Amino acid sequence: MIYNHILIRYGEISTKGQNRKKFVAQLRKNIVTALSAFQNIHVKYTRDRMYIHLNGENHEPIIERLQQIFGIQSFSLALKVENELEAIQEAALEAMKEFDIEGKTFKVSTRRAYKQFPLDTNELNYAVGSHVLRNTEHLQVNVKEPSVNVRVEVRSEATYITCFDYRGAGGLPVGTSGKAMLMLSGGIDSPVAGYLAMKRGLEIEAVHFYSPPFTSERSKQKVIDLTQKLTAYHEKVKLHIVPFTAVQQAIQKQIPENYTMTSTRRMMLRITDLIREKNESLAIVTGDSLGQVASQTVESMYAINEVTNTPILRPLVTMDKTEIVEIARKIDTHEISNRPYEDCCTIFTPSSPKTKPKREKINRYEQFYDFETLIQEAVNNVETLEMTASSATNTEDNVEDLF
Amino acid sequence: MIYLDNSATTKPYNEVIQSFTKVATTYYGNPSSLHQFGVQAENLLSRSREQVAELLHVSSNEIIFTSGGTEGNNLAIKGVAMQYKSRGQHIITTNIEHDSVHEPFKQLEALGFNVTYVPVDSSGFVSPAAIESAITDETILVSVMHVNNEIGTIQPIEKIGKMLTNYSKVLFHVDHVQGVGKVPLSLADHKIDLCTLSGHKIHGLKGTGILYKRNGVQLHPLLSGGSQEMQHRSGTENVPGIVAFAKALRLTLEHAAQHQQKMQKIKAELIDKLSAHERITINTPNEHSAPHIINFTAQGIKGEVFVHALEEKGVFVSTTSACSSKRKKPSKTLLAIGKNYEEADQSIRLSLSGLNDYNEVTPIVNAIFTVIEDLKKVMR
Repeated sequence: MIYNHILIRYGEISTKGQNRKKFVAQLRKNIVTALSAFQNIHVKYTRDRMYIHLNGENHEPIIERLQQIFGIQSFSLALKVENELEAIQEAALEAMKEFDIEGKTFKVSTRRAYKQFPLDTNELNYAVGSHVLRNTEHLQVNVKEPSVNVRVEVRSEATYITCFDYRGAGGLPVGTSGKAMLMLSGGIDSPVAGYLAMKRGLEIEAVHFYSPPFTSERSKQKVIDLTQKLTAYHEKVKLHIVPFTAVQQAIQKQIPENYTMTSTRRMMLRITDLIREKNESLAIVTGDSLGQVASQTVESMYAINEVTNTPILRPLVTMDKTEIVEIARKIDTHEISNRPYEDCCTIFTPSSPKTKPKREKINRYEQFYDFETLIQEAVNNVETLEMTASSATNTEDNVEDLF
Repeated sequence: MIYLDNSATTKPYNEVIQSFTKVATTYYGNPSSLHQFGVQAENLLSRSREQVAELLHVSSNEIIFTSGGTEGNNLAIKGVAMQYKSRGQHIITTNIEHDSVHEPFKQLEALGFNVTYVPVDSSGFVSPAAIESAITDETILVSVMHVNNEIGTIQPIEKIGKMLTNYSKVLFHVDHVQGVGKVPLSLADHKIDLCTLSGHKIHGLKGTGILYKRNGVQLHPLLSGGSQEMQHRSGTENVPGIVAFAKALRLTLEHAAQHQQKMQKIKAELIDKLSAHERITINTPNEHSAPHIINFTAQGIKGEVFVHALEEKGVFVSTTSACSSKRKKPSKTLLAIGKNYEEADQSIRLSLSGLNDYNEVTPIVNAIFTVIEDLKKVMR
């Protein structure tokens, strides 16, 4: 492989005016962290492009990682050469040699950001194109539908030659939209909601409700594994595990059966909101999809949402289950979510939960009991795990040497 | 002592035994138990599965832990035959397979399946064209070994896989037991649907192994019961053995490049020296053979006698595959490549591992030459 650089094109960031510097810096930070295993590479950025100098590192695993980083529109393997016509011609020829096969066509598109370069765009197209054409056997020119588009980018510091664009993940660099708390149940939807929130630049901290002995160690492990999957998009993801048994038992005792679900959700939201405040975040993300279950009707949302005016982001609200499952498969969480362990939402499910709960009623039911104390207790006893892209998937100690 | 019977079994790595012992003593919970003790064992199990999958560049739900090569081959072959018999009842293999492939085919033949045993050429290679011409509308399975256990030939798995892409109904099973760590094989790239690996051939423990099963392929289980291993293989998981397998595979693949080079050098030197002897004919072809197997015939000397004579000199070799030698059957592979009964009966297999050393070459050759000198006087 002759390529020595990877050229990265930004997505929407290019349009972000004043904030641009911050966005680009965040993207660079995310890229550097994601690629920290590759010690020889060097990441450099200019106003509208980022360059990874490979310094001999194998590009294949790097490409794989880059495709998961939000904020990248597209990227290409590039050959960096000096701003000399001869060097440009030779490099283009070298890059095109692997495509020198019967039936392949090409064109040259020059982008001349460095206006001092002696040849203009058309002259450069011609000079490079004819050089390639003369020195290869099978290649033909086709400017309308070429099989390979040789892009020549002349910039002040150097010229970059690329032949193929990889699509990036799009979105905004994680961290540029601030931080949100993700309510992570262990089901199929919430990890997908987290992924989509991250896609729009949010950093995520997950909150999970754990009710031993009603829910098992395995259901907790499931959530740890799901959180681990999300670290593919951001190096560090915190997971707050809330001891929820006492609250759930109180609800079962205190609230009429058909309203227990509504109340449970309200308590979860109150607790999440307190954890959010502690962690200086400004929003809560949930995996609600309109009408999917009793708690996700507009009436339910209206009754549950009453407990906070923190913005609640619901990336899946208009999605069908099949669309959600498709993303879950893509981000490799579907199989984990399908592990058959009870979580705190399924264990106490009433036989017929209210699909149209009323605010007045739930408020009345809840007022006879001091939930506040239990909620504070739960918040105070939260266990926080910090998952990183490299942390092992199980929480056990000292098993590393077994493998 | 010089151990040259690594195709029969290998010496387990110390680290592998340590893992086994630690898991067997500390984490003896049943992975299906609900309590924390079971969860620990389950975690070790899934961790092993992930590691094996990662090393083989496949998904973790494509790994079925088995008791070894024989079970893997049986599960693949009978599992496919039983599962897909309504699609057709013709199955194809070669005439140089290990008994754990050959015998299941025989059993299926007795149950009414049509079997084609595609012959190999005089060097021991099967041709993709010969397999293709055996395929009919009824064919559901082709099973070909990667590295032959008796003479070390490397079969053209990549070409067969490529050819089979034109036959969507035909599943492809590869017995990779002798190839792991010796001859690289890409499961994902070669259209392999099922692939058998064994632990004790790669410095792991007996009673361990895996069957790779590509996502989408269904198998009728051989063992039914508690639905372990995604319902493909019931029975409480051998967690210590499985962890040990994951470690053995990692160590083997980590050392693979370096060990291959070393074995290749020893093999070349042995072939060079041995072939100079007038009574020795090398049965392992020079090209397309694995770096760890050297098969030769010592004219006029029964293989079994040769093995014992070398044993007295501290060199451990075998006649044919270990499984066949005990039943005193001459090498199936040698007969298949056109050797006569006598030549096959007088064959010896030296099989190396990465633990052999280059400075063993001279003592090996000397021992072999001395034994021939001693025995040729008494054997005619």
